[in-house]
Amino acid sequence: MEILLLILIALLYSTGIYMLLRRSMVKLLIGLGLLGNGVNILIFLLGSITKGKPPVIDDKASLFRDIYADPIPQALILTAIVISFGLQAFAIVLLKRVYVLVNSDDLDDLNTPEEEDI
Amino acid sequence: MKSIILKTATEYLLPILLLFSIFILLRGHYYPGGGFVGGLIASIAFVLHSFTHGVNSTLRLLPVHPSGLVPFGLVLSATSMLLPLMAGKPAMTGLWIEEPIPVIGMIGSALFFDIGVYFLVIGVVLTILFSIFQYSE
Amino acid sequence: MIDNYLILPVAIHLFAAILLLFLWRRTVAHRIVSIATSFIVMLLSIRLFSKVYNGNILIMEAGSWKAPFGIVFVADVFSCTLVLLTSFAALAVSIFSSAGISRSRILYGYFPIFHFLVMGLNGAFLTGDIFNLYVWFEVIIISSFVLMTLGGRKAQVEGAVKYMAMNILASTFFLTGIGILYGITGTLNMADLSIKIAALENRNLVNITALFFIIGFGIKAAVFPLYFWLPSSYHTPPSAVVATFGGLLTKVGIYALFRISTLIFVPDEFTKNLLLFIAVFTILTGSFGALIKRNIRRMFSYLIVCHIGFMIGGLAMFTGVAITGALIYLFHDIMVKTNMFLIAGLIRQLKGTMNMDKLGGLYTDYPKISLLIAIVLFSLAGIPPLSGFWPKLYLFEAGFINRQYILIGAIIIGSFITLYVIAKMWADVFWKNPPENDGRGEELKDSFATLSLSKKTMLVSPIVFLAAISLYLGFCAQNITEVAERITSEMLDTTPYIEAVLGKTY
Repeated sequence: MEILLLILIALLYSTGIYMLLRRSMVKLLIGLGLLGNGVNILIFLLGSITKGKPPVIDDKASLFRDIYADPIPQALILTAIVISFGLQAFAIVLLKRVYVLVNSDDLDDLNTPEEEDI
Repeated sequence: MKSIILKTATEYLLPILLLFSIFILLRGHYYPGGGFVGGLIASIAFVLHSFTHGVNSTLRLLPVHPSGLVPFGLVLSATSMLLPLMAGKPAMTGLWIEEPIPVIGMIGSALFFDIGVYFLVIGVVLTILFSIFQYSE
Repeated sequence: MIDNYLILPVAIHLFAAILLLFLWRRTVAHRIVSIATSFIVMLLSIRLFSKVYNGNILIMEAGSWKAPFGIVFVADVFSCTLVLLTSFAALAVSIFSSAGISRSRILYGYFPIFHFLVMGLNGAFLTGDIFNLYVWFEVIIISSFVLMTLGGRKAQVEGAVKYMAMNILASTFFLTGIGILYGITGTLNMADLSIKIAALENRNLVNITALFFIIGFGIKAAVFPLYFWLPSSYHTPPSAVVATFGGLLTKVGIYALFRISTLIFVPDEFTKNLLLFIAVFTILTGSFGALIKRNIRRMFSYLIVCHIGFMIGGLAMFTGVAITGALIYLFHDIMVKTNMFLIAGLIRQLKGTMNMDKLGGLYTDYPKISLLIAIVLFSLAGIPPLSGFWPKLYLFEAGFINRQYILIGAIIIGSFITLYVIAKMWADVFWKNPPENDGRGEELKDSFATLSLSKKTMLVSPIVFLAAISLYLGFCAQNITEVAERITSEMLDTTPYIEAVLGKTY
């Protein structure tokens, strides 16, 4: 299970960074989304995916072992998902706006010359 | 989308999803669920409605514009979060009533925090999605 | 010592933002509420500072969860000094925005978002939990995205794309670092991390994790290979917005870098050399960039980058004197950079442009305002006895003790280029006669003279306020040095911090 997740993380990170390096704005957006998912799975993996490992209670105390799993990775991932949802929603609106104004999907066209500064 | 099947299904799904979202909201303190998930389910109900009937008819369905829910949800959450400061406890400490109310059970500040999050999520999600819909139309 | 008082600078801004959301479309009420809130928070921050400075480190355990398991908020002298400086800058920007931000932007919710931004800043300074720090960073960047795009002009959204892409990437790096950190230690509390990381055998793993944080915070602080988003986006939004960004946002990155490298990842030889390299090149590239820019705000953007290098240089040497110097520079920089961008906004009001080729003759038109601006410009350039001079003295001393002559050279070059650029700007904007209008360019108009007296006061008084603080930092350097030395001793000996968070028996 760990090795599968590891391969998945590697794939998500590499495709995400590849997409970020492209010149298209839509691909930039996809890249950011893939990277965000990669991070979430990384936290999930590093939060140790063993069943029933209690976070607060000592390892030797077997009292709650069968009932509780470590809740912290879940809390982290949920927070990260909420945040990336907000960021991506904003990014979509922003890029749509840029597309309307610049009329191009190419990131290299985003250079209004200095004379237009106010 | 002009699909008669989806349209008919939405008529029934909208109230069921809304009820389910409230159920998820209320069971959230001890079981999986809570304000965020509940709010997402409720907003999915309205998004489904807007797919079949159009954004404007969904907006007519809602008593207030979704962006009006944002400050309301924020004030409910923030107040229940910072209310313990008045009682001399750290922020976000759960304050609970002494005796359980019959039928309803124990009520604490955590419930109002979740209800605030519920409205906040509905407000934010619908505002974002509807403005994207209307922008692209 | 447990004290719930320290959450107030965060909570008051949150409530102000919510109140402003309820007062949607009432622009006058927005202005009044914003200024009043910033003023109240400033008073609270002064009280918080005196409480912490004259007493112990204060902590608040959110939700009454005990320290390593729940989220703690910690106010040590470093945190509450930055909260105090933030509150000064926020008050100045609030007042300036009331007159300097157009009505349409206020209608789109400028002030609520501004207060969410300041709430995020205060939260980031006060938190003692590394994931909570990430959440506050996100609060800051989402608010700053909205502020940056508010108005939606073409140049603005173009800058915002670069700003957004780089900042989301920085957050991703930061979050990756947190994930690995949680994987190897099983805790997120910074004090607890400090103990557990120090006890780890595998130092290479620790260094790799530290690199994720350095890259993440480095993008936010705009250091050498990662700063390109800053000069290409900071010249686009209104000046009041950029004043907050330039004065405070990059400094949060610096704050986080100082916090993690003193508390969690104490730099070893490799990290120190890396930071030294970054510092030298940040200073050089930033100052050379400032040399060729003819637009005032573009030039200031490069100066931000240049001066970030001074602080990183202080951190890289990692001795008491060096960190003290870097901290004094940080205090000075927050005040002066905020003020510089407010001044850029004022110059635009006075002359209708920020292009130095088209400007001129400001000294003959407005001698009093020019003298006021001169004070700020000279403290930025570091002319003794103004505030930019003292920290450099400390940095030089530390550099000679540690034999870091390359860094000293870079700081000298950076300081001289700053001085040259400022002198050139002074000559161009204030002394030179305004260029003759050859009929081709559009007429530049002075929109300041026609404003009402109250608006003029609102534009000038924040600059006076911040300039007064800059003067205090310069002339009463003794007091500031004491604060900075106190913070340095807290940083180099973290036992009081850890004891305050985890209790005596950790």
